Amino acid sequence: MSPDTIDASAAGAADLAKSAAPAPVERAHDPRARLRKHKALVYSLRALVLVGVLAFWEFSVRLWLDPFFYSEPSLIWKKLVTWFTDGTAQGPIWEQISVTLQEAVYGFLIGAVAGVVLGILLGRARLLAEVLSPFIQAANAVPRIVLAAIFIIWFGLGMESKIATATVLVFFPVFFNAFQGAREVDRNLVDNARILGAGRLQVLRSIVVPSATSWILASLHTAFGFALIGAIVGEFAGSTKGIGLLISTGLAAFDSAAIYGGMVISTVLALIAELLLGYLERRLLKWRPPSQIETVAV
Amino acid sequence: MSHLVELSHATKRFVKAGGGTHTAVSDITMTVDPGEFVAVVGPTGCGKSTTLSLVSGLEPPSEGTVQVNGAPVHGIPDGVGYMFQADAMLPWRNVLANVAAGPMWRGVHKSEARAKAMDWIDRVGLAGFEKSYMHQLSGGMRKRVALAQTLVNEPKILLMDEPFSALDVQTRALMQNELLDLWSGTGTAVIFVTHDLEEAIALADRVVVMTASPARIKDDFRINLPRPRNVEELRLTPEFIETYSKIWQSLSSEVETARAQGASRVA
Repeated sequence: MSPDTIDASAAGAADLAKSAAPAPVERAHDPRARLRKHKALVYSLRALVLVGVLAFWEFSVRLWLDPFFYSEPSLIWKKLVTWFTDGTAQGPIWEQISVTLQEAVYGFLIGAVAGVVLGILLGRARLLAEVLSPFIQAANAVPRIVLAAIFIIWFGLGMESKIATATVLVFFPVFFNAFQGAREVDRNLVDNARILGAGRLQVLRSIVVPSATSWILASLHTAFGFALIGAIVGEFAGSTKGIGLLISTGLAAFDSAAIYGGMVISTVLALIAELLLGYLERRLLKWRPPSQIETVAV
Repeated sequence: MSHLVELSHATKRFVKAGGGTHTAVSDITMTVDPGEFVAVVGPTGCGKSTTLSLVSGLEPPSEGTVQVNGAPVHGIPDGVGYMFQADAMLPWRNVLANVAAGPMWRGVHKSEARAKAMDWIDRVGLAGFEKSYMHQLSGGMRKRVALAQTLVNEPKILLMDEPFSALDVQTRALMQNELLDLWSGTGTAVIFVTHDLEEAIALADRVVVMTASPARIKDDFRINLPRPRNVEELRLTPEFIETYSKIWQSLSSEVETARAQGASRVA
């Protein structure tokens, strides 16, 4: 029907395929080689920064700071080794990690699902949103960390109270993003879908939810961090197991290495969760054009 | 006898953000018969698109009536397709899933919807691009997807709102020819809104001229140029030029008025 345009684009595709094929001889100005070199440089500089900070800390404590307050990397490392080989005073370290992780994951799931469902619902129901908005603003203004104490009274020292704290912390950022995402759906897309034959539910499922997805995913990154904070603060306020308990017993015994040790473990957990969420995001948003930041000029 | 589309004294007013009302179209009376290709021309921003919103059921008229298939329009009538000025495909779906969306939303089984979609993707010349996403396609190719997405539902009335205005001149002429190819023999009625008089004459059986805002119908010209047409060659024929100058006499004063309105708004 239009051989010229199609042929032109097919030729373009062929060019792309050619440039993606491995070059027979690798030269210094090969863009992929330069990209690899660039990445290697970034990673080695990062390692250098880490080693530098740790060395500065270690030596400043040995030379003039008091290890009682500031601890030092080697002491924290020893603490971690002891925890992982001999266990902690509260039981095996893996048990503490698993308890905290379960609390965070359950809180994350409940809070995220509730936030997404309510956010999208209110984003599409104008009257409901107008009626409820002052209450939601008020609920959001409550300093939620305080709720950890209330939840211990309500649910006891077990996992439930920590899950509740994590849920509340996760809910709001996810809710607000889902709400905004559902509101900012392109009208054109909705009109087009309605003309093509989509009913209300189909518009919700095929247009509103997918367009809100990038907003929701952006909030999930910070939300898992909040879930971990909720779990640890809850444990800190009163618990029988968990990383928060390790930190609070460390505090009671003035064992700063234990406090830093707990911090290191929770940081590693948060980073692993971040990696998993990043993978999920790339899978779900693979339709998006590569952003300017992702396409590195070489 | 009843017409396929019948607007009778239709007026559409919108409430402005400041509180007053803006009359987009005023007292529109026109009919479209099955298989007819009607182009609606008028100065830019006069309210031509509102006419399409009324026929599609996306907006109800403030006054007057709109009938499609002999029945008043409530909601979106059966057999209406609408190609918007801006791209309205789903960016998270590939070409195939976008084109198959209409039939699937209408309850056609997935495999059948896909087969129909493949057929239309082929007809608009996009075979081989089924798996591409919108951002990977050129402007002209996206228009082809939009065309396939609309035509796969086999509409009896096709509404088109300046569909090719964002394309470069050569691609536009190409798409105009393809539209005529796809349309000829289908019996589909087309209402094609444009501000480009050449485009209107080259495509249509009738050219309806609208006034500057608020838009009313000023004139209704019948175009007696033979089909099949090649828009690029047609433009050079004396008959075309004669028709053009006749309609331009009607349209030009409205363009002048619209310019004066624009100037007073700026000043």
